[in-house]
Amino acid sequence: MKTEKTNIKAALTIATAALLGGNTVAHAETTAAKEDNSWEFDSAFLFYSETDRVSASEVILNAKKSFEDDEILNLKLTVDALTGASANGAVAQPTVQTFTRPSGNGQYDIAPGDTPLDDTFHDTRVQLNAQWTQAVADNLTASGGVHISKEYDYLSLGVNGNIAMDFDRKNSTVSLGFSHFQDTFTPEGGIPKPFASMLIGDSSAPTWDDEFAKTRLGSDDDKTTTDLLLGFTQVINRRMIMQFNYSYSMVDGYLTDPFKILTIVDDNGIAQDYVYESRPDSRVKQSIYAQSLYHFDTNVLDVSYRYMWDDGEITSHTIDSRFTIPLSDSFSRESYIQPHFRFYQQSAADFYQPFILASEPLPVFASADYRIGEMTAFTIGLKYGLLVNNGHELSFRLEYYRQTPTDAGFDEPGVLKEVDLYPSVDAMIAQVSYSF
Amino acid sequence: MNTGHKIKLALIVPLIATASGCTSLGVEPWERDLLAKDAMSLTSSPIDSALDDHIYFSKEASSGGKGFGGGGCGCN
Repeated sequence: MKTEKTNIKAALTIATAALLGGNTVAHAETTAAKEDNSWEFDSAFLFYSETDRVSASEVILNAKKSFEDDEILNLKLTVDALTGASANGAVAQPTVQTFTRPSGNGQYDIAPGDTPLDDTFHDTRVQLNAQWTQAVADNLTASGGVHISKEYDYLSLGVNGNIAMDFDRKNSTVSLGFSHFQDTFTPEGGIPKPFASMLIGDSSAPTWDDEFAKTRLGSDDDKTTTDLLLGFTQVINRRMIMQFNYSYSMVDGYLTDPFKILTIVDDNGIAQDYVYESRPDSRVKQSIYAQSLYHFDTNVLDVSYRYMWDDGEITSHTIDSRFTIPLSDSFSRESYIQPHFRFYQQSAADFYQPFILASEPLPVFASADYRIGEMTAFTIGLKYGLLVNNGHELSFRLEYYRQTPTDAGFDEPGVLKEVDLYPSVDAMIAQVSYSF
Repeated sequence: MNTGHKIKLALIVPLIATASGCTSLGVEPWERDLLAKDAMSLTSSPIDSALDDHIYFSKEASSGGKGFGGGGCGCN
């Protein structure tokens, strides 16, 4: 059994080294045989499942190699697959509703009283990250990395850099980071025109394709994201460490969700039309983040708080906490449990509205995406980890996540009073991790 | 001054106080036994963090803060 594990690690070491070029492969073969700790691997499988909505599976493999002089190479592969149904933005109605799929090929019906969900959601994503970290002077560490992520309809390329300076016996660290992403979105069915009416009817009719094309602007669009991160870490005493961050993020380009629509309702709340959403083409968000870890006699408490605000009136509060409790060696193995609690609350974007009133003029920007509406969410979870052979760690994590969208004070005309405009979303998260 | 600004101030004041060099803070190199434990690192499980970031980036209007909150997927 031990031999098999060592072989897996050796094989992965060679495979990882192969990505770096031929010379390193030869080197890796010899070091892998001699030195078992040349690479460290972290792997995880996660399953995420919402009740009646999206489910996702995600696999991560992270390989880390430490060289002499504390240079560190980190390579990460992430693969995920998404399937299921997602809210399309329209409101529930007392009658059956028919919607056209984002591709324009075919339609789907939603039963009376149900929140309209588009069940054609599916995607597979492959992501690669590489990061190099090294000391550049006494007490000065630099790091640089690249990122590539590809989905069926999405491509993201990114670079990042970070510099950190230690002082006061390495008790204090100041860091400055920068990252830039260039994303291209090629959604199925193309980019819809803002506020164009969703074409509904016989999609096999000879005129359908031409009519559908009239609701489109083009086949793709892009956006850039630039982040700056200023950090300060301070060791308080033997048991306590704190971190403070300030981040500034600019996103420019296509920020609209091409799959989301809004319902135009009359004064009785009855749907008259469905139109594609439209969001501003830039967003600036900022946040401050504080984290503290405290080591009790044996347990460790990790608490963080983030306050985020953007230029579209979204503000949010996030509290995240983990408590690590080592267990006695009842199975003559080191193990721990870690309860987790997270609370999140956000206010709505200024262009969020759950529907559009036909009697009022069309807004400049509007989205009914509940993810930018007023919302409260919490996560409660438990992780169990144990050390197995050779100090490898195996862990299991199970969490429950609940989002509760709330009414930010919109009047609900007529029949909209009888339907649920802000349905909750429940999700289960299950994860197995193995580090070797 | 809204709540947000008060919270910012509440966080920035101790930051400045800390940075201005209270000499009682910090430890000597030989006092790092507890701080050296995995559970005491600021990101005790990078894998869990990466997975969580992806979930919450896809489902909420906020991202980043602890690290970069950038793009990277078409999930939001």
